[in-house]
Amino acid sequence: MPDQFLFAVEVFINGLMSGVLYALVALGFVLIYKASGIFNYAQGVMALFAAMTLVGIMDGQVPFSHIINSVFGTNLHHFGWHVPALLAILLTAGVMVLFAWLVQRLVMRHLVGQEPIILFMATIGLAYFLEGVSDLMWGSEIKKLDIGLPQGGSLWIEDMTAGLGGDNFYGFFIDNLDMVATVVAALLVTGLVLFSQYTKQGRAMRAVADDHQAALSVGISLNFIWVLVWSVAGFVALVAGIMWGTKSGVQFSLSLIALKALPVLMLGGFTSIPGAIVGGLIIGVGEKMFEFAIGPMVGGATENWFAYVLALLFLVFRPQGLFGEKIIERV
Amino acid sequence: MKDMQEGYTTADGRKIGGVVMEMKNITLRFGGVVAIKDISFDIRQGEIRAIIGPNGAGKSSMLNVISGFYVPSEGEVWYRGAKRPKMRPYEIAQQGIARTFQNIALFEGMSVLDNVMTGRLGHMKSGLIAQALWKGKAEAEEVANREVAERVIDFLEIQHIRKTPVGRLPYGLKKRVELARALAAEPKLLLLDEPMAGMNVEEKEDMSRFILDVNDEFGTTITLIEHDMGVVMDLSDRVVVMDYGKKIGDGTPDEVRNNQAVIDAYLGVASD
Ligand SMILES: Nc1ncnc2c1ncn2[C@@H]1O[C@H](COP(=O)(O)OP(=O)(O)O)[C@@H](O)[C@H]1O
Ligand SMILES: [Mg+2]
Repeated sequence: MPDQFLFAVEVFINGLMSGVLYALVALGFVLIYKASGIFNYAQGVMALFAAMTLVGIMDGQVPFSHIINSVFGTNLHHFGWHVPALLAILLTAGVMVLFAWLVQRLVMRHLVGQEPIILFMATIGLAYFLEGVSDLMWGSEIKKLDIGLPQGGSLWIEDMTAGLGGDNFYGFFIDNLDMVATVVAALLVTGLVLFSQYTKQGRAMRAVADDHQAALSVGISLNFIWVLVWSVAGFVALVAGIMWGTKSGVQFSLSLIALKALPVLMLGGFTSIPGAIVGGLIIGVGEKMFEFAIGPMVGGATENWFAYVLALLFLVFRPQGLFGEKIIERV
Repeated sequence: MKDMQEGYTTADGRKIGGVVMEMKNITLRFGGVVAIKDISFDIRQGEIRAIIGPNGAGKSSMLNVISGFYVPSEGEVWYRGAKRPKMRPYEIAQQGIARTFQNIALFEGMSVLDNVMTGRLGHMKSGLIAQALWKGKAEAEEVANREVAERVIDFLEIQHIRKTPVGRLPYGLKKRVELARALAAEPKLLLLDEPMAGMNVEEKEDMSRFILDVNDEFGTTITLIEHDMGVVMDLSDRVVVMDYGKKIGDGTPDEVRNNQAVIDAYLGVASD
């Protein structure tokens, strides 16, 4: 029995770690939604695009090489250099800022004041467009992303905890990458909180999230702030893309993590940063524990649907999410 | 600046300077509705300039034109001796024109202090990198701006609610916080849209006193909209009277009070 308990603890910890990644993706949604009321369907594709760009830059891949080669009859594929990971991450962050600026300039700017559903449709269009651009730019094959993050089970933790259980327990299996992801996510969230609380731009961002008219009246440019939040969301997407890409390769399915963020948002509320974090952790832990405890009885694979059922229950009983304020219709 | 005329001295001895803002033949249409019809008037340095008129006269629209929230269909806005090009509201705010709204636009989720601090955003110059890396300078700037915000909070006697989220405040206090935020910007021109609407007598008296004190102590030029004739007559140096989008009177409170068109407009409203 103590073995069972220790296994449960291990599952719990692993659930927390995968929850961190869900939280990261959900965070990207919350940032944009709060500041502009846009539900950005493209957040998942942004993570994919960021990861592909990072791999492309690191490998010295020639962007749009297929087009270039077919137009000019050349045979370019690689520049023949390799860019160090850190520099490549900075360059990719720059690309995400450029992307944010283009989105604002070419799309969102022209849709100010439109119905939320129209903004949402625009982001669906954006998602498919960006997906196509990613393929054209970097090719559609599965890529390996290795920026030097440690991977595989942590032997240290296994050794340290091996003594806890009986003969069947060999110690906790915890992936090094998950631990790194957790630390990085914690740093990112701390950074975001400090940014929004203590910098001029962060204050302006909160102001815009709260009231557009009032923000204008104190001299804040909405366009600037929207470019800023899309950039920050792009950076968050990059971090999420790095973690998922390192874990399971950079491929189309990476953009589907956005679908996992949806139940997280329903739990945490669409406008709450703590909600995104706690919601992510609850879903991460919930689906792993459910699979562990109930999965064997129902034939497994509960992880595919658990999050959605939980979200559905929330929608029915607490539609404002964990942290949202109860909405009472004014009459 | 050379075409500004000399100023004048008020009965209570305040010096009023030259023209800082001039509205020239402003017309504003919304589809078929003409909210403002060919109106011209000016605002002088240091004065309290009122715009009055019945509901729907176009007063808020005029304030929105001055602050750039509405773009006039025709006419020109001259600010500090130069014709103002088409500008966005945030750019106009950065030029030193602060405002409040008839329906209050505050950051409901933030504390009173944070709201007032947003009024200081235009005075914060450190770049993002400097704020992250070069803590000393950015911190000094933050402290200096905080001091101004605190002084405004003291001035408007809202110290006791400094940390309260604005969403929880009663209406009268919200109006005062909105004024505080506008004042924190240390504006050259302060625009107030019905600062006393919906207040009880005591609150109205407080607000009148604050408006006079702001003008007196900081020399701030103020343009305010008021529905209530009595309040306006006490507060303002000069009054523009609007009715159905037209200007029907312009002058000192006494001149305006004895203007037949004005009397008719107000009597007309009263007998509606
Ligand atoms: N944004 C707008 N869109 C359409 N009509 C407007 C708008 N703003 C004001 N109006 C119209 O302009 C006229 C003047 O309104 P307003 O300036 O608010 O008057 P006041 O402040 O004097 O009560 C009204 O007929 C009003 O309906
Ligand atoms: Mg009005």
